[in-house]
Amino acid sequence: MGKVTFIEHDQTEHVAEFKAGSSVMQIAVDSAIPGIDGDCGGECACGTCHVIVTNEWFSKTGTPGNEEEQMLSMTPERASTSRLGCQVVLTDEMDGMTVHLPEFQM
Amino acid sequence: MGNEPHPPYQRPPLSKNYLTGDVDQESLYLKPRSVYENAGHQLRLGVRVEQIDRDSSTISLSDQSRLQYDRLVLATGSHLRHLNAPGADLNGIHYLHDIADSEVLREQLVAGKRLVVVGGGYIGLEVAASANKKGVNVTVLEAAERLMQRVTGPEISAFFYDKHRGAGVDVRLNTAVTGFEEGDQGHVAGVTLADGGTVPADIVLVSIGVIPETALAKGAGLPCDNGIIVDEFTRTEDPAILAIGDCTRHRNLFFEKMQRLESVANAVDQARTAAATLMGEEKPYDSVPWFWSNQYDVRLQMVGLSQNHDQRVVRGSPEDKGFAVFYLREGCVIAVDAVNLPLAFLVGKTLVQQRRTINPELLEDPDTELKSLVNGRLQS
Ligand SMILES: Cc1cc2nc3c(=O)[nH]c(=O)nc-3n(C[C@H](O)[C@H](O)[C@H](O)COP(=O)(O)OP(=O)(O)OC[C@H]3O[C@@H](n4cnc5c(N)ncnc54)[C@H](O)[C@@H]3O)c2cc1C
Ligand code: FES
Repeated sequence: MGKVTFIEHDQTEHVAEFKAGSSVMQIAVDSAIPGIDGDCGGECACGTCHVIVTNEWFSKTGTPGNEEEQMLSMTPERASTSRLGCQVVLTDEMDGMTVHLPEFQM
Repeated sequence: MGNEPHPPYQRPPLSKNYLTGDVDQESLYLKPRSVYENAGHQLRLGVRVEQIDRDSSTISLSDQSRLQYDRLVLATGSHLRHLNAPGADLNGIHYLHDIADSEVLREQLVAGKRLVVVGGGYIGLEVAASANKKGVNVTVLEAAERLMQRVTGPEISAFFYDKHRGAGVDVRLNTAVTGFEEGDQGHVAGVTLADGGTVPADIVLVSIGVIPETALAKGAGLPCDNGIIVDEFTRTEDPAILAIGDCTRHRNLFFEKMQRLESVANAVDQARTAAATLMGEEKPYDSVPWFWSNQYDVRLQMVGLSQNHDQRVVRGSPEDKGFAVFYLREGCVIAVDAVNLPLAFLVGKTLVQQRRTINPELLEDPDTELKSLVNGRLQS
């Protein structure tokens, strides 16, 4: 078990617990965190699960793959540490991670 | 209220990674049960709504109980189109619509067995790809002259034809099925064809489309015509009753016509509109339809409706890692189908939404950056 903190655009904080192997999108949806829709169920097809990983954690989550990169390149609030939450599979190493949510999803 | 024993779930994986056994059942659920409980929502599963009585604002349920409503939302989805042909009820003939179907089919997909898929639409093809991955010998029979004809253009159809053939799937176009041959103990042994031939089979999947589930609405006297008729606020003729998703034919503001769609995006967006309507906000449904399908290592993403196009522009080629087809009507981009090219899909989504007229040469030209097309500078 680990924890991830989600910070909404208006700075509201939410903490979600996870078991290694689930995705950031999945735990956000499971914890009813507003601002992550996950419309396609994690198929990297909709772009409604954008999160901005805090700098210090970005090396743990890794960089986006080619298709994810293309999806991210069209998100209006793209940051250098942006990821699609459904493509970030949580490991025990990510316990304590903080991610920010954009104001709008795609 | 749900007829099935499961909490609401994603159906797309049923023909993809749930069928191949790569994800478990819980990962299909839209939300875990605890989210409903914590929100104070009651899930009543495994119960069928039998009838709506609009005079008394009650619904009657299969467990003999009744429930009163102030507002009612129908999200009854669709049911399978069945093939009426001699032998259609033999053992080993499958359909795929829900978790139970996917699990039964998955058990049958054993390496070396022969699966015949009747219908070359996207679900049949996804199953073909999943079964092929498991080492099953697959034949796809399609009556039309190309695959996925209802939803896509000839370039994409041809690409998937080559993809499946290349993977070893025997795809036969212009091939109409007339019935099924019986083998031992009432089990199917083959599929008979209009040209007199037979394709031997251990397992058959019939995948020939769905029909909107309108029985409840019809029974309550609500107007239905290839779907429950709703307006752009998801309201039926009765202001107390809304309807969303596969079961509806809605007034589509974007296309300025009545439209029925079978997609997750449509179900989700109509649900958002319905929620707004219930809360007294007016948030008309005006989304551009979009859709995806995964087969092998190929991701197809589609946006818009391509049926009425008068011009097609192909960007890249099927030999490239990714390519896309833009569908234009009177110079305006009305739809895009992107193969392993999410950027073209997303750019296309904006172009379609904004009804943009784009010089076809720019769409085609590899030196024109796709992203630059949405900024307006390159408009013709
Ligand atoms: C195998 C498969 C693969 C798919 N792949 C994709 C894909 O890749 N991308 C995509 O966008 N779409 C895909 N779809 C389509 C997508 O799943 C549907 O468009 C979507 O599920 C529609 O949602 P819905 O809520 O309208 O209806 P449904 O998901 O069909 O849900 C309706 C529910 O209502 C229940 N019900 C009906 N009548 C009653 C009653 N009287 N009482 C109680 N309960 C009732 C049904 O049992 C059902 O559980 C796929 C569908 C299938 C079957
Ligand atoms: S959930 Fe759709 S892209 Fe992540």
